[in-house]
Amino acid sequence: MVYTLCFMLIAVGLYGILVKKNLVKIIIGFVIMEAGAHLLLILIGYRRGGEVPILEKGVAAIHFAQKSVDPVPQALVLTSIVIGLGILALMVAMAIRMYERFHTFDINELRRLKG
Amino acid sequence: MAIWIPYFIAIPIGAAFFIPLVSRHLRWAPDVLGNLVMLVLAGLSLLTFGQNAVYHMGAWQTPIGIDLRLDGLASLLLISINLIGLTSSFYSVAYMRQYTSKLRYYSLFLLMVAGMNGVVLAADLFNLYIFVELASIASYALVAFGCEHEELEAAFKYLILGSLATLFALIGISLIYGLTGSLNMAQVAGRLASTPSSTALLFALALLCTGFALKSALVPFHAWLPYAHPSAPAPISAMLSGVLIKAIGIYVLARLLFNVFGLTPLLQTVLQTLGVLSMVVGVLLAIGQWDMKRLFAYHSISQIGYVVLGLSLATPLGLIGALYHLFNHSIFKSLLFLNAGAVEYATGTRELRKLGGLRRLLPVTATTSLVGSLSIAGIPPFNGFWSKLIIIIACVQAEHYWLAGAAVFVSFMTLASFLKVQKYAFLETAKEKLQLLSKVPFSMGAAMVFLALMCLLTSLLVLTGLTHPFLITPAAEALQKGILVM
Repeated sequence: MVYTLCFMLIAVGLYGILVKKNLVKIIIGFVIMEAGAHLLLILIGYRRGGEVPILEKGVAAIHFAQKSVDPVPQALVLTSIVIGLGILALMVAMAIRMYERFHTFDINELRRLKG
Repeated sequence: MAIWIPYFIAIPIGAAFFIPLVSRHLRWAPDVLGNLVMLVLAGLSLLTFGQNAVYHMGAWQTPIGIDLRLDGLASLLLISINLIGLTSSFYSVAYMRQYTSKLRYYSLFLLMVAGMNGVVLAADLFNLYIFVELASIASYALVAFGCEHEELEAAFKYLILGSLATLFALIGISLIYGLTGSLNMAQVAGRLASTPSSTALLFALALLCTGFALKSALVPFHAWLPYAHPSAPAPISAMLSGVLIKAIGIYVLARLLFNVFGLTPLLQTVLQTLGVLSMVVGVLLAIGQWDMKRLFAYHSISQIGYVVLGLSLATPLGLIGALYHLFNHSIFKSLLFLNAGAVEYATGTRELRKLGGLRRLLPVTATTSLVGSLSIAGIPPFNGFWSKLIIIIACVQAEHYWLAGAAVFVSFMTLASFLKVQKYAFLETAKEKLQLLSKVPFSMGAAMVFLALMCLLTSLLVLTGLTHPFLITPAAEALQKGILVM
């Protein structure tokens, strides 16, 4: 169920990227899709009723392995969020440059390259 | 050798951030440092030839730590990335004077090189993704470097499609992690081999293939390439078309399909279809173009089609042909883009109908572009002929006669469209309006002559044996071995 919602989020983002004509809306679509992907990644490491993956003193390793959630996806998602931020910054910077120059966010009006 | 592997990533990243620090006061610093770094990297990459090594980051052992793996295929890619990188950065010394900020240019350039070296060396899926992103983000910014209308628009298109591609790849990688519980390529390969194929696996595979086919601009995922590659500054176009689409597209596809998932007949058919489509559609779209760089960009799609076709055969000869063509293409396509840059630098236009008679005006550019054109069209003494020949022989051996026919047809069409370039740009008498704004400076000329010589030299590789050329064979064997073992 949660996975389905996750893929729906990705699909909504994809729709935004493919269909919308406004640069800002395309960027928002991308952010939504990215959030969906990150959610999926974090869900893969989730365990119902699991514990925080920090090994404390006095906790047996075997108990830890059985109980804790997988820490690897959490590390991955952090990295991925940072990368996402970089891309978002670049996108917004480019959109601002285009707006300063042509005073529009509409890609139909911007389109000059053809063929 | 293993101890040197991380330097392929550390040196360019370090230099990328060091250059802006020092060049506030030293105006010569970006040029000198950028070229020095590329020279060192090119030298190191030549040393990797014939080596197999695994480097454990921070001495953590394989399943826990991050590994870098060097094998024949990685070494071939490293050599081509760093050699072309060196030539492009030397070319930029004069060419980038037209633009405002050399310091940012070299910074981004070195980040892109670091990303590509990282992709080639990474031994686990997530680091592969990170390095793909590193190389891509640098290349988005470089495409937009001129900040004119065309560049911004092309870069935005490239940025959206490129980040969509990496997002697909990320989703694919997270599904693979969910299925196998590991990210290390060898471990993933081992665990996938023992689990039966499932819908989730197929879905993950489809996502990864889509993502990296988008990166390598195979038809029907090619929409961004003819915008992005011509809009970038010439040395960057050379890097993008010459090595970027191979290092973060074709290489990753080949590595994943051959060494991690294992090539199945279904995947072979998919690759074959993509390859033939790219080959034919690319060349048909190219022949009608009048913008020189755009024409070359469409040819990149078509030539990448050859590489994918060779890979899809999965026979020893097919793989050798594919990798040989990949290496050759990186040389002659970079040469052609550098030529186009020189023409634009000297005349202010790259519109074929406005040019003419450049053979007399720009002799070095004209001669080297003739070499490049003959190479890409597959005329005997040059390298393109041999690799195409090997691919066609491999098609016939595998009894795919119509594929061989398609390859020959595309080769003829390529010849036709390059005759068009030669005729309109270099041979006809000059148009009256055309005037030479400036001469081609030494650094640009030297870079082009070097690549033209490489076109001849790499064709000598075939002398060491048509079926097992020097340099290429270890790379093909790395793919041939099938899925990785720990």
